[in-house]
Amino acid sequence: MKVTGTAHKVGDHIDTDAIIPARFLVTTDSKILGDNCMAGLEADWVKRVKKNDVLVGGENFGCGSSREHAPISILGAGIPVVLAKNFARIFYRNGFNMGLVLLELGDDIDKIKDTDQIEVDTATGEVKNITTGTTIKAAAVPPFMQKILDVGGLVEYVREKLA
Amino acid sequence: MGQTLAEKILQKHTDQEITEAGQIVQCRVSMVLANDVTAPLAIKSFKAMGAKKVFDQNKIALVCDHFTPNKDIDSAEQVKGVREFAEEMGVTHYYECGDVGVEHALLPEKGIVGPGDVVIGADSHTCTYGGLGAFATGMGSTDIGAAMALGETWFKVPSTIKVNITGTPKEHVSAKDFVLNQIGQLGVSGALYKALEYSGEVVDNMSIEGRMTIANMAIEAGGKVGLFSVDQKTLDYAATAGFSGGEAMTPDADAVYERVLNIDVTDMEPQIACPHLPDNVKPVDETAGVRIHQAVIGSCTNGRIEDLRVAAAILKGRKVDPKVRCIILPATPAIWKACMREGLMEIFMDAGCIVGPPTCGPCLGGHMGILAGGEVSIATTNRNFRGRMGSLKSEVYLSNPAVAAASAIAGEIINPAKL
Ligand code: SF4
Repeated sequence: MKVTGTAHKVGDHIDTDAIIPARFLVTTDSKILGDNCMAGLEADWVKRVKKNDVLVGGENFGCGSSREHAPISILGAGIPVVLAKNFARIFYRNGFNMGLVLLELGDDIDKIKDTDQIEVDTATGEVKNITTGTTIKAAAVPPFMQKILDVGGLVEYVREKLA
Repeated sequence: MGQTLAEKILQKHTDQEITEAGQIVQCRVSMVLANDVTAPLAIKSFKAMGAKKVFDQNKIALVCDHFTPNKDIDSAEQVKGVREFAEEMGVTHYYECGDVGVEHALLPEKGIVGPGDVVIGADSHTCTYGGLGAFATGMGSTDIGAAMALGETWFKVPSTIKVNITGTPKEHVSAKDFVLNQIGQLGVSGALYKALEYSGEVVDNMSIEGRMTIANMAIEAGGKVGLFSVDQKTLDYAATAGFSGGEAMTPDADAVYERVLNIDVTDMEPQIACPHLPDNVKPVDETAGVRIHQAVIGSCTNGRIEDLRVAAAILKGRKVDPKVRCIILPATPAIWKACMREGLMEIFMDAGCIVGPPTCGPCLGGHMGILAGGEVSIATTNRNFRGRMGSLKSEVYLSNPAVAAASAIAGEIINPAKL
């Protein structure tokens, strides 16, 4: 899958309370969660996002709680891919389970600036910065997690196992 | 090659041979946990997976603790869904009413989790049970839904950072200070994907409650688990709680560690994590004088009886600053009762505290103590992210129970030694 969109940069250590604050945890509805994506960072942050835009975090993106509402909220906002220097552990696992593509770019993350146009090839992990003309390669997805992604997420993976 | 605690526990729950960190292993789980926030999603995933029954009705714990007693219609609807699922599946460990407490205080106390277990929970502070020598870690709801159906999950075997805590702590310096200091040194991502393993004389002499306080905050350094050896104290605690099984366990002498962090606590002052990250840690005197509007003493970090005794010792015969809401939330009904029995409730009420039911409440900005813009809270909880306890313009300082109680009296952050 190729995703082309605008990069929205956020800082280091973006926590799950920033992605979706606790007052929204009384629902599992992806539309409501999506409409309030990053409400803990900035009111109305989500208004800048168009479908297929790319979220660009720094270090330890998604730290904090285990709330799956966080990746659901990002997907609900129309963002299919998050790029970061690296991800917090629980968030990383949750993202894959939900079918949100997460790519770790290490220090190369600094080559992407806010509002740059980005093209991501989720199969190869190739990230093209259309604005600057540079191409970055993400760290390979661990094979076991790739298997989960390939069948369409953990729900499908278990469904096959139970069948 | 010798094994770390993490490797030892995982090995007991898998048929694969664990040879190195980074390996992916399938493990059987001893207990699967979710709460009123995360269970609804786990149940949704469980059903979407086509699962018809849980793998073992006695190995699932559903604890409705975050917004309890339900704060609004939406949270009530969520809990209703969880209750119906628990009834349908015959889940034995379901807690919602007079028996509910903060999950990570409740499960150890009830002997539902114990030494040597592998526990996964749809809550990031599931790592608390590492204090009992359980490999316990947080995951998202869908992983939990899968484990409810399958009774197993996969882990990447973590590499381990050994934290060696030695010395003689001063008065008013306790487990919370050691772990805050450690988070300050490692940073909030310093233990990302890794296990923390604790050793040293301070840890050996520490109560199980203190160990759980430290294990609780493993995640605040990004860690997967925070593990303690299983000694006689652990076994006694587990047996009293009614946990069956468990045996003494120490890491092998030739276990391989990625790094060893030595912390000498002899000269340590009480530690404060300043806004807005748990690794922004300073000795209390550097934050002294910060005006507070609220003090929260409770949570899965420091809401146990030992913590409340410490708070009561400071509050006894004193008054909370009339401009401060000092909210005390004993973490479980049994702790609440112990507070009554030991006369702590009298002390709290005389001092002008607000005593609430066992609930997560303000810890996650749920209810019962939400901050307005510009308000500042000191709290014995574990996270001070921006907006965690309410307004994006509010601030949370994390401390031990002695500092929180002393600050409630002073109306500003203060070293209890200087009260
Ligand atoms: S007390 Fe706070 S940290 Fe602990 S489980 Fe509840 S919300 Fe989470």
